[in-house]
Amino acid sequence: MSFADLFIIVANSTLFFTVPLLITALGGMFAEKSGVVNISLEGTMVFGSFFSVLFINFMQNTFPDFDPSIMLLIAALIAAITGSLLSTLLAFSAVNLKANQVIGGTAINLFAAPMVIFIARTLNNVKNIPFDQTFNIQKVPLLGDIPIIGDVLFQDINILSFVGYVIALVAIFVIYRTRFGLRLSAVGEHPGAADSVGINVYQTRWVGTLISGALAGIGGLVFVVSSSVTFSGQVSGYGFLALAVMIFGQWKPEKILFASLFFGFMNALSIKYTLIPVFDGLSLGYFFTVLPYLATLGALILTSKKSRAPKAEGIPYDKGSR
Amino acid sequence: MKNQAFLSSVVAIILGLLFGLLIMIIANPFTAIPGFFTMIGGWLMNPEFLRRFGDLIFLTGPLILTGLSVGFAFKTGLFNIGATGQYTMGMFAGVWIGIYGDILGPLQWVVAFIAAMVAGGIWGLIPGLLKAKFNVHEVISSIMLNYIGMYTVNMWIQGDANLFNIAFSKTKAIDLNAYIPTTFLREVFTRSAIDLGIVLAIGFSILIYFILYKTGFGFELQTVGNNRYAAKYSGIKEDQSLILSMVIAGALAGAAGALYFLAKGSINSGNQYSVGNELLTAGFDGIAVALLGQSHPFGIVLSAFFISFIQRGGYFMQTLGIKVEIIDVIIAAIIYTSAMAMLVKDTLLKYFKRGGKK
Repeated sequence: MSFADLFIIVANSTLFFTVPLLITALGGMFAEKSGVVNISLEGTMVFGSFFSVLFINFMQNTFPDFDPSIMLLIAALIAAITGSLLSTLLAFSAVNLKANQVIGGTAINLFAAPMVIFIARTLNNVKNIPFDQTFNIQKVPLLGDIPIIGDVLFQDINILSFVGYVIALVAIFVIYRTRFGLRLSAVGEHPGAADSVGINVYQTRWVGTLISGALAGIGGLVFVVSSSVTFSGQVSGYGFLALAVMIFGQWKPEKILFASLFFGFMNALSIKYTLIPVFDGLSLGYFFTVLPYLATLGALILTSKKSRAPKAEGIPYDKGSR
Repeated sequence: MKNQAFLSSVVAIILGLLFGLLIMIIANPFTAIPGFFTMIGGWLMNPEFLRRFGDLIFLTGPLILTGLSVGFAFKTGLFNIGATGQYTMGMFAGVWIGIYGDILGPLQWVVAFIAAMVAGGIWGLIPGLLKAKFNVHEVISSIMLNYIGMYTVNMWIQGDANLFNIAFSKTKAIDLNAYIPTTFLREVFTRSAIDLGIVLAIGFSILIYFILYKTGFGFELQTVGNNRYAAKYSGIKEDQSLILSMVIAGALAGAAGALYFLAKGSINSGNQYSVGNELLTAGFDGIAVALLGQSHPFGIVLSAFFISFIQRGGYFMQTLGIKVEIIDVIIAAIIYTSAMAMLVKDTLLKYFKRGGKK
C-alpha cells in the first residue's frame, strides 16, 4: 500500500470520528460559555439520534425514492429540535431552580437512554432501529477530483460532515464576532457584571443550553449514521469524550476543532494502526483507545491551576447576590 | 429538619412514580395499572415470597455500598461520578484473587474482598490527588478514569486465559472459597441469592455514620465539604482530607464490586463479568441511591432497598409486556425531582413566611 493510500484511509477514518465529536463538543461549549455545566451531552446524543433515526426508518420504508441527503438534513433538524427539548430540563433546573447542575445533568443522562429504549421497545419490541446506509455521496463534482484532499474530504462522505464543518465555522464567528457570542461569554465569566449592564443572564443561559442540546442531538445522529446501520440505544461514551474534547480545547471553538481532530486521529489509529508498517505486529489497540483519556487527564493537570474554564461555570446565578 | 429531608425524598418518589405511571398509561392503558401494582409490591406477594425477598436483599447490598461511596463523597463536597470505575476495579481485584488465591483456603473471600477495596481505593485516590495537587475537577477526571479503568480491566481479563472465558466473553467462575459465606441465610430464604453481603453492607453504613458524625476526622471532612477555604483557615489539612475521602469513597465502591461478583447465585448473571465496551451501570445507580438517601448513611440503606425493590418489580412486570426500562426512567425522574425538591421546599417556605407576615 502506498503512503498516499494509507494517508487517505487514516484521514478518512479520522474525520469519521472527528465530526460527531466536534459538533457535540461545540454544543458543550455553548452551554459552558454561558455558565451552565452540561454533563448530559451523552444522553442528549442518544435522545436526538433516536428520534432522527426513527424518522429515517419511517421515510425509508414509506418513501424509498426520497433523496437521501435531503432526508438526512431533515433528520438533523429533528435531532436538533429533540435534543434542545431534552435540554429544557437542564436549563429549567439549572437556571430557574438553581439546582446543582451536575446532578441535573446526571439525571438527564440516566433518563434519556432508558426513555428512548422504552419507546423503541414499546413500538417494536426491540431496542434497535435499523436503517439503510444510503447517505454517502460517492463523489462531489469537481472538488472530488482534487488529488488526496478530494479523496479525503469529498469522496464517499455524507452531507452531515459538511454540516459539521459549517457548524464549526459558524461557532467561531458567533463566539468572537457577534453580540450574542460576547454576551454569552460575559454571562459565563461574570454574570453579576453582565446583569448590571443590562444583559439578561437567565435568558442568555437558556439560549446557550438549548443550542448545546441542539448540537448534541445532531452530533448523536452523525455518530449513529456514520458508525452503524442501526440505532442501538447508546453512543459509546462519545458524549463524555466530547466533554473531554471541549476541555482539551480550552472552551475555545478553534481549539476545539483541533482537539476533536486529535481525538479522532487517536480513535482512527486504535482501529487502523495495523495498516501502518511501523506498528504492524504490535498490539497497540488498547494504547490508542486509552490515549485520548490519558491525554485529557494530562491536559487537565497542565491547565487546571489557571483554568480557562468560564469563571461562573456551574454556579447558579441569583439576582439577589449581585 | 430530618423529617423534612425524609419528606422531600418521599415527595420525589411519589412524583417519579406518578411520572412513570403516566408513561406506562400512554404506552398501554390496559396493562399500565396492573403493571404498576406489580412493580410497587405485587411481585413480592407470591408463593415464592421467601426466594424473591432473599434475592431482593442480596441485590440491595451492592447498592448500599455504591450509594455510600457517592454519598460519603457528597458529604465532603465531592461528586464521585467515578464510582463505576472504582467498582469495576474492585470487581477485577476480587475476581483475580477469587481465581488465583487458592492457597488462601477459607480466607480467600476475605482477601478478595479486601483486595477489591484496595483496588477501588486506588482508583479513587487518583482523582483525589489530582484535585488536591492540581485543582483538577473530580467529575471530569473521574469520567476519564471510568473509561480508562474499563478498558484496562478488559485488556487484563482478555489477556489472561485463566481469567477469561472466550466462548462467552466473560470472566471464569471463581473458586468456592472465594464466595461470600451464606451461613444459615439460604436455609431460611431457600433458593435465593442471599448471603452475608447484606450484613457487611449495613456494617459499613454504621461505620460511615460513626466516622462522619462521631469522630473529629468526620467533622473535618464535612467542614471541608461545606467550605474548603474556611476549613483551611481553621487549620484543617484540606488537601489531606480531600484525598482521604476520595480513597474511602473508592474503597466503598470497590467493596460493592466484590459484593456483587463474589456471590453464589444465578441472579447476578452467574457472577461473571461480561467483557464489553460499555460502562457498568452500578456506579450510576449509586448516585441515585445517594441522592435519594440525602447522603445520610442510614438514608442510603433505605433508598438502596427502595431502588432495588422497584428494580425487581420492573423485572417481574415484564410478564405483562411492559418494558423494564421504565424503571430507569422512574429512577431518573426521582433524582431530577429530588435535586429540585430542596429548592422547591425552600421557595414554598419563603412564600408561606412572607404570607404569614402580611
